[in-house]
Amino acid sequence: MKTIRVTGGILLVIAIAAVAGPWLSPNDYVTTDFDAILAAPSAQGSHWFGTDNLGRDLFVRTMLGIRVTLMVAIVASLVSLVIGVAYGAIAGYVGGRVDAVMMRFVDTLYALPFIFFVILLMVAFERNFLLIFVAIGAINWLDMARIVRGQTLGLREREFVEAARLTGVSTPRIVLRHIAPNLLGIVIVYVTLTIPQAILVESFLSFLGLGVQEPQTSLGTLVDAGVAQMEQASWTLLIPASLLALILMCFNFMGDGLRDHFDARHDR
Amino acid sequence: MLRYTLLRILGAIPTLLLVIALAFLMVHAAPGGPFDEERVLPPEVEANIEAHYNLDEPLPKQFLRYLVGLTRGDLGPSYRYRGHTVSELIGTSFPNSLKLGALAIVIALLLGVGGGTYAALRQGAFADRFVMGLSMTGISIPVFVVAPVLVLLFAVNLQWLPAGWSGTEGVGRYVLPVITLALPQIAYIARLTRASMIDVLARDFVRTARAQGLGTLRVIRVHAIKPAMLPVLSYMGPAIAGIITGSVVVEEIFGIPGVGQLFVRGAMNRDYTLVLGVVVFYASLIVAFNLIVDILYAVIDPRVRYR
Repeated sequence: MKTIRVTGGILLVIAIAAVAGPWLSPNDYVTTDFDAILAAPSAQGSHWFGTDNLGRDLFVRTMLGIRVTLMVAIVASLVSLVIGVAYGAIAGYVGGRVDAVMMRFVDTLYALPFIFFVILLMVAFERNFLLIFVAIGAINWLDMARIVRGQTLGLREREFVEAARLTGVSTPRIVLRHIAPNLLGIVIVYVTLTIPQAILVESFLSFLGLGVQEPQTSLGTLVDAGVAQMEQASWTLLIPASLLALILMCFNFMGDGLRDHFDARHDR
Repeated sequence: MLRYTLLRILGAIPTLLLVIALAFLMVHAAPGGPFDEERVLPPEVEANIEAHYNLDEPLPKQFLRYLVGLTRGDLGPSYRYRGHTVSELIGTSFPNSLKLGALAIVIALLLGVGGGTYAALRQGAFADRFVMGLSMTGISIPVFVVAPVLVLLFAVNLQWLPAGWSGTEGVGRYVLPVITLALPQIAYIARLTRASMIDVLARDFVRTARAQGLGTLRVIRVHAIKPAMLPVLSYMGPAIAGIITGSVVVEEIFGIPGVGQLFVRGAMNRDYTLVLGVVVFYASLIVAFNLIVDILYAVIDPRVRYR
């Protein structure tokens, strides 16, 4: 429980800083400061995180990057949540042969090198911002589908579902009104574990130059730019890299803690 | 066993076909052809180029042609590296990727299983929590953060190891890329091993072995390690996929002429046949590896054959 509170607190602080930070700084994310190219972090000119090779303020850019990264991750997780819950609930509730075929399909997809398909997609369709959400969400729903299906299998046999069935409630309505609400707890726990995965994919793509494009930025894009400058200006790499690692770590520890706390059936 | 093996092989074929079809469709559905440059070509020239690469044929026919080529190991010509076939390009760069990947997997297994077992034996103690915390950190930090930070530390500042691949010889150039690739896998395998080891150590046959007076190490080596390794074995498929994904970044950062680098360059240049070829190649590799893992699993745990 302590882990959840601590990591949640850190994430909250980061999120607030990402939203409010840029207003506190006199700089913006595109303006070039010719007097401060690759300046080290200092109070001079309010470049608290230093500047990049174009003299743009890294504090504002990093905060903006966190914003974009978190936004992509949350939206992508919602996409994967919708697909995963729908797929898993249907497979689990209908059961029998339908379930067997649907789950076999999930097993098949598990074996694929997804990131390559996402890269293929990004190359083929010109680095579309919206497509990043969809692509990441579309590859992260498998775990969710499996977990939701397992839960639904159990819920299906419960008395209240049987009662609904006997009173003539239609199948889609049972799934939507009686099964889905009972899945909420477990779904929330697993979303916290889906978010870091989505962040990882987004920053991976951006690092390769296939994700978020300049002058917009994300933590992955910033790390990519930092690698190019690291020998002269290590802060351009270290600041966004450590923030990215911190965010991922907090989500992972929090998800792990939540799972231990709420999902008693998951061993350990 | 033979029946099980054959069924598994048959099961892998549709997976493979699905992958190839999906990748093929994605590449061909891409708006804008591979030869769209800033300079507009005369229509006759364009028609000639398309005819040369059989791009004027209907899509199903192109797909069949591609499949037939695949059976002969022919992935078609590269659109950008003139005069080279995709198979040739992959053939020359794969040995580099293979060496890195194999080393990383071996190291990940040794350290991951060792660390996980140690943590399981010290369950709840400081050592356990330390190892698990460390492994969660290892899972959380992405490859493209670990790699440049290691370069900055060991190559730029301390100058112990080379930062890049070219112009260096010997074992030194393997160290940083292999560590980077192995790190998340070590962490994951350690967690898996710990969980299943704790599970196995609580079983009756382990208690019996202990009651007979066997030492802890011997109990683990003779009785516990085999059942405890089953989840780790199932994880080998995803582990390979993870290492392949990681190699894309690692090869790019360290400048290693491997398949990952080939893929990224191909993606940037819109070299569609090359990108498609790499996806098909790696997907086949992963599917084949999963197949081997499934069969090995059935050898170790015969129960799965009859499910």
